[in-house]
Amino acid sequence: MNAPLPGPLADNPRLDRWVAFPAPGQVTILTGRVEIGQGVLTAMAQIAADELDVALARIVIHSGDTEATPNEGYTAGSQSIQFGGVALRQACADVRALFLERAAQALGCGADELTVHDGQIHRNGAPTGHDYWSLAGAVNLAVPASGAGKRKAVSQFKIIGDSTARLDLPDKIFGAPTFIHDMKLDGMLHARVVRQPNRGASIAAIDEAAIKRAAKGRIEFVRTGDFLAVVGDDETAVELAGAAAVNHVAWQNVEAPAASQQEANWLLQRPAIDRPFGAPPADSQGKERFEATYTRGYLAHASISPSCGLALYKDGQLTVWTHCQGVFPLRAALARELGIAADKIAVHHVQGSGCYGHNGADDAAADAAIIALQKPGVPVRVRWRREEEFVYEPKTPAMVVKVRALVDEAGKPADWTQEIWSPTHNLRPGAGGNLLGALALPNPPAAPPPNDVPEANGGGSTRNAEPLYAIPAKRILHHLVTETPVRTSALRGLGAMPNVFALECAIDELAERAGADPVAYRLSITADKRARAVIEKAAAMASWDAQAPAGTGIGRGIAFARYKNKAAYSAVVVELSVDEEIRLRHVWCATDAGLVVNPDGVINQLEGGIIQSASWVLKEQVRFDGGVASFDWETYPVLKFSEVPEIDIALINTRDEVPLGVGEVTAGPTAAAIGNAVSHALGARIRDLPLTRERVMAALLKD
Amino acid sequence: MPQTIEFTVNGKAVSVALENEETPLLNVLRNELGLMGTRFGCGLEQCGCCMVLIDGAPEKCCAKPMWSVAGKSVTTIEGLGSPAQPHPLQQAFLDEQAGQCGYCLSGIIVSAKALLDKNPSPTRAEIAAALDGNICRCGSHNRILRAVEKAAAAMRMGAPS
Repeated sequence: MNAPLPGPLADNPRLDRWVAFPAPGQVTILTGRVEIGQGVLTAMAQIAADELDVALARIVIHSGDTEATPNEGYTAGSQSIQFGGVALRQACADVRALFLERAAQALGCGADELTVHDGQIHRNGAPTGHDYWSLAGAVNLAVPASGAGKRKAVSQFKIIGDSTARLDLPDKIFGAPTFIHDMKLDGMLHARVVRQPNRGASIAAIDEAAIKRAAKGRIEFVRTGDFLAVVGDDETAVELAGAAAVNHVAWQNVEAPAASQQEANWLLQRPAIDRPFGAPPADSQGKERFEATYTRGYLAHASISPSCGLALYKDGQLTVWTHCQGVFPLRAALARELGIAADKIAVHHVQGSGCYGHNGADDAAADAAIIALQKPGVPVRVRWRREEEFVYEPKTPAMVVKVRALVDEAGKPADWTQEIWSPTHNLRPGAGGNLLGALALPNPPAAPPPNDVPEANGGGSTRNAEPLYAIPAKRILHHLVTETPVRTSALRGLGAMPNVFALECAIDELAERAGADPVAYRLSITADKRARAVIEKAAAMASWDAQAPAGTGIGRGIAFARYKNKAAYSAVVVELSVDEEIRLRHVWCATDAGLVVNPDGVINQLEGGIIQSASWVLKEQVRFDGGVASFDWETYPVLKFSEVPEIDIALINTRDEVPLGVGEVTAGPTAAAIGNAVSHALGARIRDLPLTRERVMAALLKD
Repeated sequence: MPQTIEFTVNGKAVSVALENEETPLLNVLRNELGLMGTRFGCGLEQCGCCMVLIDGAPEKCCAKPMWSVAGKSVTTIEGLGSPAQPHPLQQAFLDEQAGQCGYCLSGIIVSAKALLDKNPSPTRAEIAAALDGNICRCGSHNRILRAVEKAAAAMRMGAPS
């Protein structure tokens, strides 16, 4: 009896959906996971090369294609290697076993006498004359995986565990056409959408003459319902027309987010669905109470490039090119919201810029599809304007997180409640979320019922709201706010950043009340060995000094999380200085991600997670002022080169543990370590993000 | 009447006929000349994805009108080096694996070249200051800073650039 197939392989069992030998010496690996800047395709190539015993250079990866690759849902949640990678390993092991069986038949020997060396099949250390390619015609891969192929033991890995150079970087360093933005199709028209400000807004008037004058070139209008676009073969004219149209199309029934809705506290008085999890209500008798409230505003993904999509509708078939995170869920949403049978739609992934979550990619693809349906036979390329991306991309929601703890005689938490006010973190098309352009069509789709990411998938607003610490009773109360000023959805880590910020700042506050050192206090309530190891390692890397006085203007802070309480472990120590501004000096991070496929790739992701989280914490908040008032890099500044700290990262060697994704694990610990370091530097606590100069000054004055 | 504008790109004389002389250089590079290495990021001269050298000086070209480029010499990422003959900066970026999504890299490498042309021995702080006009959203900053330092050292040792 074989072990059950890994999830994605059970969902897509046919082996030819994973592996192909298209020509002598070549291996094609198909994966549903897509490159979004995280280097996943290099890791997948390493996995396949190792399990098939072929040189890495033989592998060509084909990813995210409804016509060819497995359907692995979304490339999200730091799950690609943990689940997709294991599925690919098993698929490759099964393929290898089928080829060895076939070769054994031909040679009249046992398959266990055979080995593979760069695709050549050997017996007793000598080539047999058979290889993957010579046998490819005789081995049928259009069969379901059996799970009979034995995956290699960790000690047998040759390529997994190696810091292989990223396969996609050379094109990007030499400026080759790489991105969806660089795609050109014959006869392609450029398009810009004149965005409907909100669901239900309708066009009152269009000053076509003014828009055409502004274009200084040929453009035409495409309209269906309240979906309006300008198209043409000259991108400059189309861009000018798109920008001008913002001022020359009048809308009615406009709802614009107001400044009063900008801060997280606005959520406290809104309609909500209460979602309790965990222990029953606590009896506070005889215990000291601790209570503190932490907030975080709305954030933008702010991908470096605006979203882009291409589409062609020809002979009743719709073909879409997109940089979204899930081609199959996008296909389903296009079918549902544009009224086309899914089997008449093909969706192909092409790389975009770094993604970090549900940005405008799906919507730009839908825009291109809507326009293409109006212009049969003509390829259409939509590229959002910078302002359009900032204003219309889904935002990660503002959150209020209230921590209530009961503290025992030893100063340790005996009971923990994390109460959260947050809108949903998931309006992806695959979760029923609408495609933006579809809302402007005649008969727009209904809004999905209020929902959030299920707890089994790590939760959305509740992600990491439960401390991993040894606390006798823990509970979460999530008020799922159902009325929001802007569309909210997934950004790197979802609720983990605000939740870990709140709980790890609260742990520091409890340590201070107990007169304990933050590192020693955490260790005193941590049973999990892997958690202890990263906390101890990060403290050692930073030469943590329990005696460092507070309030000197220089501060250190530590924080820890295990992502989703079931994935990678990370502890982060931050050193910074505060005078008028907060200046990060150094970050130390220890992470346990189990078996690491590509150590340098993992370190690169951890560094990126730390820097992006630091940027969120120090600088970022989407502002509203009769509309989204953060619409470019000046109104939504992010961390600059001169503001980035030194970063040291250590990976704990746990090769025998399952591989765990690392894209999101540092988001929470970095935010909380900065919060704790600022408190240490100032001798005063700031509980609201971002940690602006105004808040630093207010904290000092309050003291 | 289309206007003809002549200029030089990566050492080659080119001539383009444009209805609108305000057309940004970036659109001409990408859509007329097929040079896709210079990327569009904002169209507002804020992010640096479209950095090129114009007569040797680093300039964002997403809003640079073509009339202002007539007669000038433009260098793009494609003009720095190739996989067969990488510029020391490109080699150092490969060696340091300095990038994640890579969308910002063309502009950053061009900005770094402009710095090293002027200052062959920059400090880390000088490199960071020179790159503050370029945004990297993925967080590859430290690798990028190390790569520029490494390229500077290689160029001081005589690596051809």
